[in-house]
Amino acid sequence: MSGQFTLNINGRDHCVDVPSDMPLLDVLRNHLGLKGSRYGCGLEQCGACMVLVDGEATYSCSREVGTFVGKRITTVEGLASDGKLHPLQQAFLDEQAGQCGYCLSGILIASKAFLDRNPNPTRAEVAAALDANLCRCGSHPRILRAVLRAAAAMRGEVV
Amino acid sequence: MAALSHSLKENPRLDLWLRFLDDRTVRIGTGKVELGQGVLTALSQIAAEELDLRVDQISIMSGNSLQGPGEGYTASSWSIEHSGSAIRLVAAEVRALARMHAGLRLNASPDELTIVEGAFFKNGVASGLDYWAIADDLDLSVEVSGRFLPKSADQYRIVGASIPRLDLPEKLTGSGFIHDMTLPGMLHARTLRQPGRGARLVTLDEAAIKRRAGGDISIIRIDSFVAFVGASETVVRAAADAAATYAVWDNARMLSPEAATAEWVAAQPSTDLMMGDPPQDAVHDRVSLSFTRSFLSHGSLAPSCALALYQHGTLTVWSHGQGMHPLRENIAKTLGLPLESVACHHVQGAGCYGHNGADDAALDAALVARVLPDQPIRLMWRRQEEFGYEPLSSAMTVAVHVNLDVNGRPDDWTTEVWSATHGQRPGVGGAYLLAAEAMNEPPPERKPFDIPLERGGGAVRNAIPLYDVSGKRISFHLIHDVPVRTSSLRGLGATLNVFAIEAVMDELAARVGEDPITYRLSALSDPRARAVLERVAAMAGWSSRGTGGAGVGLGVGIARYKNSSAYAAVVAAVEVEEAVRVTDVWCAVDAGLVINPDGAENQIEGNIVQAISWALMEEVRFDAQGISTLDWQSYPVIRFKDIPEIRVELIEASQHEALGIGECAGGPAAAAIGNAVAHALGMCIHHMPMTRERIMAAALQA
Repeated sequence: MSGQFTLNINGRDHCVDVPSDMPLLDVLRNHLGLKGSRYGCGLEQCGACMVLVDGEATYSCSREVGTFVGKRITTVEGLASDGKLHPLQQAFLDEQAGQCGYCLSGILIASKAFLDRNPNPTRAEVAAALDANLCRCGSHPRILRAVLRAAAAMRGEVV
Repeated sequence: MAALSHSLKENPRLDLWLRFLDDRTVRIGTGKVELGQGVLTALSQIAAEELDLRVDQISIMSGNSLQGPGEGYTASSWSIEHSGSAIRLVAAEVRALARMHAGLRLNASPDELTIVEGAFFKNGVASGLDYWAIADDLDLSVEVSGRFLPKSADQYRIVGASIPRLDLPEKLTGSGFIHDMTLPGMLHARTLRQPGRGARLVTLDEAAIKRRAGGDISIIRIDSFVAFVGASETVVRAAADAAATYAVWDNARMLSPEAATAEWVAAQPSTDLMMGDPPQDAVHDRVSLSFTRSFLSHGSLAPSCALALYQHGTLTVWSHGQGMHPLRENIAKTLGLPLESVACHHVQGAGCYGHNGADDAALDAALVARVLPDQPIRLMWRRQEEFGYEPLSSAMTVAVHVNLDVNGRPDDWTTEVWSATHGQRPGVGGAYLLAAEAMNEPPPERKPFDIPLERGGGAVRNAIPLYDVSGKRISFHLIHDVPVRTSSLRGLGATLNVFAIEAVMDELAARVGEDPITYRLSALSDPRARAVLERVAAMAGWSSRGTGGAGVGLGVGIARYKNSSAYAAVVAAVEVEEAVRVTDVWCAVDAGLVINPDGAENQIEGNIVQAISWALMEEVRFDAQGISTLDWQSYPVIRFKDIPEIRVELIEASQHEALGIGECAGGPAAAAIGNAVAHALGMCIHHMPMTRERIMAAALQA
C-alpha cells in the first residue's frame, strides 16, 4: 500500500509518497536526503537509527512510516539551530567524544531526550539513559563526560 | 641521509605524497585510511609541522589507488611509524627545495628565509612569495632523496599538540560515511550468501523472492553469487531477507556447536613451528598453565557497504576497506580486468577493528556493477550477514611452560599456541575476496599461513614475554582446517598471549609470596617497561592493594605491543559477585613521540573498553547452519552501564621515535582484568570471556 504521508521533521512538514510500511529510516535517508540517522541493525538493538518523536528517543529502523503521521520528528540534522551547534554537539566536540562516529547521531538524540527530562543528571544516570545505544569504538567514557558537560552548559553553568 | 621507510621505497615519487593545489592548500597523499582512529588528523599534523603550515592548509588524500601512494593495509598500528615517517621526510625535502627556489627568486640564501603558514619571510620581512607562487618551479615528479633531515623534536609546535579530530564535526551533524554516498541513478543491492566454500546453488525460486520483495527488483546470478538489485533499498532488503528460504544449495557447509570452542580448534591437525631459543630440558620446578579464548567477531556497528560503477570500460569502487591498493589488485584479479581498468577510493565507514566484511562488500558491488554497466550500485551487507560472514578472530589455546631458577624467577619460557590464522587479508598468503568462492572456478584453497613473527606475528603476536629469561621460545600449532574464515582483529593473538603470560607471572609471584608488581620488576630490565609499570602502580595506588579473595580485586598487566611498538601497563579494579564488574582502570603508556596526545588517549581508552568487552562478554557460537550469534542480543558487547572510570597517562618520551599505540592497551587490559578477578576470587579463571556462567562454574568447582 502506497500513500501520501505528511511528516513533520525538524519543524517542517514534508510530503512523501511511499508505501505505508516503509521504515521511517528509509524514508528519511532515501526519500528526504536526511542521512544523519543511521542503519545499524534493523532490529532495534543498537540505537544508531534513533530520532526524537514528540521528544522521545525512538528507533526508526523498523517502525513503519505510517505510524509517525501527526508527530513531531527531530533528527540529528535538526539539533543545531540558527547556524549554531546544539550544546550537546558542542560538548561532544569539546570532549572529542567519538572515534568512528557512526553511533553518535543516535547517542546525541538519546542524550537530548534524556537531558530534556533530567537536566542535572549523575554519570550513572547518563549511563543508564544511554544503555540502549551501542558504541563499538569504546568512546563511552568521553561520551559520558560530554553529556554531563552539555547538561551543565544547558543549565547555564560555565563549562 | 635519512633512512627511507618501506613506504618510501615502494612509493619514492614526491608527488604521490605531496602536491601544491590551486586552492592554496597542500595535498598530502597517504595509503593509510581513517577507521575512526584519528590517523588523518595526526598525519596532517606531521605534514603541517614540517612545511610550516597550519593544519587547515593541509588537504589529505587518503586511500586513492590511482594518485596516492600504496601502503598496503591500514593495520597493525603501523600508520604513524610507516606513513607518518614517509610524510615527514617528503615534507622536509619539499620544504627545503622550496626554500632554495625561493632563495633564487629573492636573491637570498635559504638560511635567510623563514616560512610562516606557507609564506616566505626574508630576515623577518614578508617577501610576497609563498609555496604556491613557486610551486611550478618545483619538480615533484622526482624521487625522494632523503638528503633533507626533518625538524628535531624540540622544534615541534604542531606535532605533540592535541589538535581536534578533523572529521568529527561532520559526524556530529549527520554526514561523513560511505553509507551516506549517493550517485545519480544509483541502485541499491543486497546479496544472498553462499553457505560455505564449495556450496553450489541448485535452484532459486526467483518468482517467490520477487513476490516477497514487494516491489521491482532484478536478481543477478553469477555462478553461485546472487544479488538483488533495485531502486528501493527497502524492497531489495526485503528480497534478501526472504531469499534464503527459496534457495536450494548443494554441498552447504555444516557446523557443530563444538567447533566454536578453543578445545575443538586445538584438537585439529596442525602445522607446527618452533621459534626462538633452542628448547631446554624440563627441570624439576616447572610450571605449566593453559588458557583459552572463544572466537570473536569484529562487530562493526555498521554493516559493510560499497559503491561501484562500471562505465566506459573502467570500474570505479568506493570502499571503507583498509587498503585501496590491495583492493584494486584483488578486484581486478577476481574479475579478470586489467589493473588499469580498476580504481578504488576510500570513503570512511564505521570502525572495523581489523579485517571485517568491507573488502568483500566491495567485490560484491563490483560484481553487480559489471553486469549493469553505467548504473551506480550501492551494495550493503545485512546485519546478520556481517556477523555471519565477516572473518572471525580465531578461538585460541595458549599454554605457558616455565622453568624456574632457585629464586623462583623464570629461567626458561615456552609459550605454546594453538590457533587458526590471524592473517587472511585478501592478497596475503593466497587469501582472496569472499565472493570469489562463489565462482564456478574459485581460487585455489589457501595453504597454511599466518603473519610471520618478523612482521609482528599473527596468533603468536606477543607470545614472547618482555621479561628477562635466559631461554624464550614459541611453539606454534597453526590449525588450518577450521570451518569458518579467520583473520585479523585488533591485537590479533596478543590479547590471549598477554592474558596468559601475565596470569602466569601472577602465579609465579604468588609461589614466592611476592607482590605481583614487585615480582615483575625483579625480572624486568627494560627501563621503558619498568617506567610504565611503576607509573601505573602509582596511579592506581597499588601499594594499598588488599589481600584479595573477598570479591574485590586489583590486577595488573603489561606488554610492549608486537614487542616493538608502544609499551602499556594497565591496572584494573573489579568487583565479582556472580558476574565481574570492572570499576576502575588505570593505564600508563610509553609511545615515544606522540603526535596527538588526546587522540592517542582516545585510542587507548577505546582499546581498554573493547578489551573489557572481550574479557567478559564476547563469544561467537555456531549451530548446524553456521555462525549463530547473528545479532547484538546473541552477541552481547559492552554497554554504557558497564563502563568504568578510565585514567590514561602518557609517559613523556618524545626523544624516542613514534610508536604505534592503537592496539597496545588491549592485551594488558584483558590481563589486568583476569588478574584482578583472580585476586577477587582467590582463583584464576583460565578462559575468556569470563562470563557469569564461567565464574559460577569455577566457584562451584573450587
